[in-house]
Amino acid sequence: MSQRHIIQVFEQYQKSRMQFVQTVADLASRPQNIEMLQNAGVMSMLRPLMLDVVPSIQQTAALALGRLADHSDDLAEAVVKEDILPQLVHSLASQNRFYKKAAAFVLRAVAKHSPELSQAVVACGGVDALVLCLEEFDPGVKEAAAWALGIIARHNALLSQSVVDAGAVPLLVFCLLEPEMALKRIAASTLSDISKHTPELAQTVVDSGAIAHLAQMILNPDAKLKRQVFSALSQISKHSVSLAEMVIEAEIFPAAVACLRDPDEYVRKNVTTLMREVVKHTPELSQVIVNCGGMAAVIDYLGNCRGNLRLPGIMMLGYVAAHSENLAMAVILSKGVPQLALCLSEESEHHIKAATAWSIGQIGHHTPEHAKAVATAHLLPKLLELYMDANSSEDLQAKTKKALKSVLQKCTYLPGLEPLLYDVPSNILKHVVCQFSKVLPHDSKARRLFVTSGGLKKLQEIEAEPGSLLQEHINAINSCFPEEIVRYYSPGYSEVLLERLESYQPA
Amino acid sequence: MAELLRIKSEAEDFQSEYFYRNSQAEEKRQKENQAATRIQSWFRGCKVRAYFSHLHKKAVIIQKIWRGFTARARFRQMVKAAYFIMKMNFYEEMAVRIQRRWRGFFVRKYIHNFYARKSYLEGLFRKNELVRRELEELEELQKRERDCLEMVKEQTAKVYQAHRLHHLLSTKQSPGVFNSPFRSAPHEMEQLLRQVKYQAPTRLAPGGRACLLSMPGPAAPGFSGSHGSPWIKTTQTCCSSRPILPPIGSKKQQGVFREPGEVWEQRMHCPDLTLHLQTSYTHLEEAQNRLQQHGSIRLHSDTLGRGTGRMLHHLSHSSNSFAQPAYAKSFR
Repeated sequence: MSQRHIIQVFEQYQKSRMQFVQTVADLASRPQNIEMLQNAGVMSMLRPLMLDVVPSIQQTAALALGRLADHSDDLAEAVVKEDILPQLVHSLASQNRFYKKAAAFVLRAVAKHSPELSQAVVACGGVDALVLCLEEFDPGVKEAAAWALGIIARHNALLSQSVVDAGAVPLLVFCLLEPEMALKRIAASTLSDISKHTPELAQTVVDSGAIAHLAQMILNPDAKLKRQVFSALSQISKHSVSLAEMVIEAEIFPAAVACLRDPDEYVRKNVTTLMREVVKHTPELSQVIVNCGGMAAVIDYLGNCRGNLRLPGIMMLGYVAAHSENLAMAVILSKGVPQLALCLSEESEHHIKAATAWSIGQIGHHTPEHAKAVATAHLLPKLLELYMDANSSEDLQAKTKKALKSVLQKCTYLPGLEPLLYDVPSNILKHVVCQFSKVLPHDSKARRLFVTSGGLKKLQEIEAEPGSLLQEHINAINSCFPEEIVRYYSPGYSEVLLERLESYQPA
Repeated sequence: MAELLRIKSEAEDFQSEYFYRNSQAEEKRQKENQAATRIQSWFRGCKVRAYFSHLHKKAVIIQKIWRGFTARARFRQMVKAAYFIMKMNFYEEMAVRIQRRWRGFFVRKYIHNFYARKSYLEGLFRKNELVRRELEELEELQKRERDCLEMVKEQTAKVYQAHRLHHLLSTKQSPGVFNSPFRSAPHEMEQLLRQVKYQAPTRLAPGGRACLLSMPGPAAPGFSGSHGSPWIKTTQTCCSSRPILPPIGSKKQQGVFREPGEVWEQRMHCPDLTLHLQTSYTHLEEAQNRLQQHGSIRLHSDTLGRGTGRMLHHLSHSSNSFAQPAYAKSFR
């Protein structure tokens, strides 16, 4: 009798512990309860429950802890301070898969807030324990472990290096081959986080054969997986020419262009980012992408999206055009310049405008043909406007000035240059006038147009210090015209004529 | 005497003449000497001058000849050099012409080939157009696929709804909710309700819901026709004419049956029931030898029993009543 009674007492206690822990876990999933839970001292309550005899209580306690640490910084720090981490790491090796999942969740929740907390996780051997979890059979455990490793590796290069040193990369590549979609996504995301910091880390990822597996997954129908795969490939290829060449050799390119029409916008953005990272290294790599029709696809992509998503596409066009003049001509032919003009007018953020101005400068600075293409899209007055605008950020102003100067130095398309004679600061004006002085002596039709459109008049009104370059150019232009015309248009000519009238004595 | 006088006067004249002549000569001696010296020096000078001029002329002749000779030699040399230079200039000019043609050709062909660039840009333009068209087609195709999937999903949801709302079917006596008398024709839900066959509710697995589509299958041929998405395939496999069998695993077996796994295992292990010994031919002797080496007396009595016990071991999974000691296991 009394034995049953005693057992009943214990069972009751166990039931109440289980209830407490489950309720706390449920409450912790809602953010508004967190503060109250914290004030009630939930952390110190949960800690002994994690050492409980019953496995399901342990697991639920770990889950509750993970949810708490997930929501706030201080709770995560409290987890670290109360030395819960070593216990977690120790039991990660021995317990069943539900516990491992919950423990990996806790580690992830703690590590995500800051590099210092991640360092604390690494210091108590969390990374090695997580890598051991990656060797498990259960895909849920692998996913939780891979996610936690990804969160740790995300912060900085040192933490990534510690993840790689624990031997995570080959296991992550095996995870890529598993059939479960969530596991593949997380593995790709973790590889992306690892390889983004330094070239050596990217090289380690490549050496374990990740590129071939990632390349196989680019035509998978799952959108989130594609996001991560492209992100990983772009992080790998951004570091150096050889890494970018290895990514290209995996023969991604004509196929990846099809992903530029994916309904998911982040997939498109990541493909464009990959193209940008590949293109920025050498002209040959740019040539590969241009030849498979990537340029047209990117320009259409720019037309379809808005805001920050456009930035990689714009930068890609700039990088391609920067390499050589026939690549810049390819950009122009693919109708890149009107699209960039649209971007310049539609976007409001300064860093996007600055990138657009830079790209335009790269396209237009090669030869007069290119500058003409830029000028016919009416981009020069727009660039000038951005340069003169007081609200523009410093970076935007600097980039527009540089773009304007470089395009102007090659521009011989006079109708495009005309609007730039009015309300222009002198450092830009001297380039404009210089271009006029180069073209006008040889082209009579242009001279005629110059006079009739009022350019000569405007030119006379410009005041320049005698002996400066500007004055020389003005003189050079004036010498192309007969003296009477120059005098006619000089300011104050009507007063001169009136004075002559007054001093004239009829004979 | 007269001769003597004459001679004496002559002698005096002679003396005075002599004296006069001497004095004259004495007076003029200097002058005459000088004159003579002058003449002589002049003459000597003439001689020397003549000699010099002779020499001079000869020297001039020699020098003339020599200079002519050297000049002609130098001239020949200069002519040779000039000829050489002229040849070299000619060669150089020809070489310049060749190099100019070659460089123009090379640059135009390999470095700034205008026509290659032009054809490249044209090809690129065409390729861009092609890629744009293909991408649009692809996008269109994918969009259509997705739309079809959506529609199929909607349709199955409706059919499921119809299945659950079967009780709303209109009867002869009273029209159902979806068959209002004020409508010109029954609502589509009414049509669905009429088509769906009623099934007693069982605890179906989620795939079982797909079987419901087998009823209105003929009514919606367009959906299950041309699309290769995996979800439709399961409905197609269910859409065969076989009746639905009751689920296998959920019922407990009645009676004293053993677990299927156990029976299967026994069948699989049955081939071990042979008349052959499991162990080698001389196993017994070897075992005995080993035991003798161990020197344990107790085992001699059980030698025979052990042999049969081994065969029986596989017939009954329980431990032998002979209670083989623990070390017997090592001989298996």
